[in-house]
Amino acid sequence: MFARLRAQRRLALIAYLTVGYPKLALTPALVEAAAGAGAEAIELGIPFSDPLADGRTIQATSQLALKAGVTVATALEAAKAARARTEVPLLFMTYLNPILAFGLDRFCRAAHEAGVDGLIVPDLPPTESADLRKTADNAGVDLVFFVAPTSSEAGIEAACRAATGFIYCIAVTGVTGARAQLDPAVLPLIQLVRRHTALPVVVGFGISRPEHLAALEGKADGAIVASALLDAIAQGPDDATGRVREFLTGLRPPP
Amino acid sequence: MQRNAMTAFGAISSHCPGPSADGRPRLSQRAGGATLWLKREDLCHTGAHKINNALGQVLLARRMGKRRIIAETGAGQHGVAVATVCAKFGLDSEVYMGVDDMARQAINVDKMRLLGATVTPVDSGSKTLKDATNEAIRDWVTNVRTTHYIIGSAVGPHPYPVMVREFQSVIGREARDQMLAETGRLPTVVVACVGGGSNAIGIFAPFYDDPVRLIGVEAAGRGLRSGAHAASILAGRPGVLHGSFSYLLQDGDGQVLATHSISAGLDYPGVGPEHAFLHDARRAEYVSVTDQQALSAFHETSRLEGIIPALESSHAIAYAMTLAAEFATDDIVLINLSGRGDKDLDIVRGAAGV
Repeated sequence: MFARLRAQRRLALIAYLTVGYPKLALTPALVEAAAGAGAEAIELGIPFSDPLADGRTIQATSQLALKAGVTVATALEAAKAARARTEVPLLFMTYLNPILAFGLDRFCRAAHEAGVDGLIVPDLPPTESADLRKTADNAGVDLVFFVAPTSSEAGIEAACRAATGFIYCIAVTGVTGARAQLDPAVLPLIQLVRRHTALPVVVGFGISRPEHLAALEGKADGAIVASALLDAIAQGPDDATGRVREFLTGLRPPP
Repeated sequence: MQRNAMTAFGAISSHCPGPSADGRPRLSQRAGGATLWLKREDLCHTGAHKINNALGQVLLARRMGKRRIIAETGAGQHGVAVATVCAKFGLDSEVYMGVDDMARQAINVDKMRLLGATVTPVDSGSKTLKDATNEAIRDWVTNVRTTHYIIGSAVGPHPYPVMVREFQSVIGREARDQMLAETGRLPTVVVACVGGGSNAIGIFAPFYDDPVRLIGVEAAGRGLRSGAHAASILAGRPGVLHGSFSYLLQDGDGQVLATHSISAGLDYPGVGPEHAFLHDARRAEYVSVTDQQALSAFHETSRLEGIIPALESSHAIAYAMTLAAEFATDDIVLINLSGRGDKDLDIVRGAAGV
């Protein structure tokens, strides 16, 4: 997915949506709307009761989705329905426990069958990931790992060695949530990561404004926008697809 | 060396005082069977075993050059211990506490504030210890360069469970020495309450190689079948929460369940991974005690021994009293009296009509 964009030297825009927010029935349409508005991949968050890596926005969308009855099984169905509407790569983002409860092998195979291309599991460190790596690999699903501004060089190396798909480079020291500024310290971190891997390097956490994308253009291979997009939906949940289109095209006008 | 270190906090192991006509302590006489001994962690400074770990970790924080300390707290005992060591060493402290726990353990909130800590209410999820831990972890990843997170129980990511066990093992080392010195023998059984399990792992660990039964008492709340309890080992399945793989109360989809216990300190859906290991290896046994049984033990210990125990520790006492009856009078059941019950008076008053 990133090869073409790298050839174009263009930053891939990745949109995050919590499955079931604002309504489960809307998730496939929101994926389609995001893809139509310039998102080159979509991250689908499967809600978890204790989202440790997430700030207020994703905590709230996760709680609402769980209250509305979203489960791993319904998230798989939503992904399948989204896949029928779009060709863009789809990734699941969720915490380890829902995957463990569903069964590693069963989850990876079901994700692949639903048309999901990769998994992001923020509470799984590379050093503990052998089992999921194996099952994801067997199922033909990529497994993405994180590096943070506080990662040691050994930690970056371990993440790069374990990852398939791309490396998720955390732009802030902290949890998810829109930030006004992009910390310029992320640029040397991207360079450091590139010394350890040929995989694409994607930046996320805090990305919310056009100037953030502009600053990453030519430096990173992709940028993930999550909380800011969900905040935009929250301002007009009755026209969620319209909000998604408006926000993403405002973030980066179509070429 | 351990004894001296502990003497500074006034902790002693004490034969239940108040001998009755037959020369046996009154609590033992009531229970029948084995003689009950109490390891008096309630006499530690700040009123519970939590200070052992807080002091150890604050020294580590100083060595690492961290000037700010954060913590989560359920009953408030760990929060008070952290606020205390931070006052002593001149460090900033912020304690996360669920709003429900702040209401039911209000005295400890006042104490933390008096000691100079910022108490930050957590109103997400179940508004108790699990959610306070989530918020503390979020703060930690945000401020990790300046901040040390003092986890209060033997839970969380490695190396916390090992570190907390080591700092709390002073309980078991001291109890073992004292038992040998006072009676010339080891206890038949050691009983401790288990929420996250720090007081239990602390008293168990030094007895691992001895022929001593180890029993952890979980909170059965309103009964294991009611769904309103916090018995992770007895009613949970293996899962990952807060960075460790252990028994976890969760639904079929891996979502962590809300818990209930009359004691805020046991109101946690997970349990330290070393307890999960001890359970699977059958080195320790795990049982449960309801809110009601714990309350009865709270009152009996108060009236028969002149000791007001924490509701957490009352779970251990309740089980030990039942168990004692199965043994002969020369058997010894050692109970970890992990904390004192002053903090629980509002809850006990509220439950008086029950």
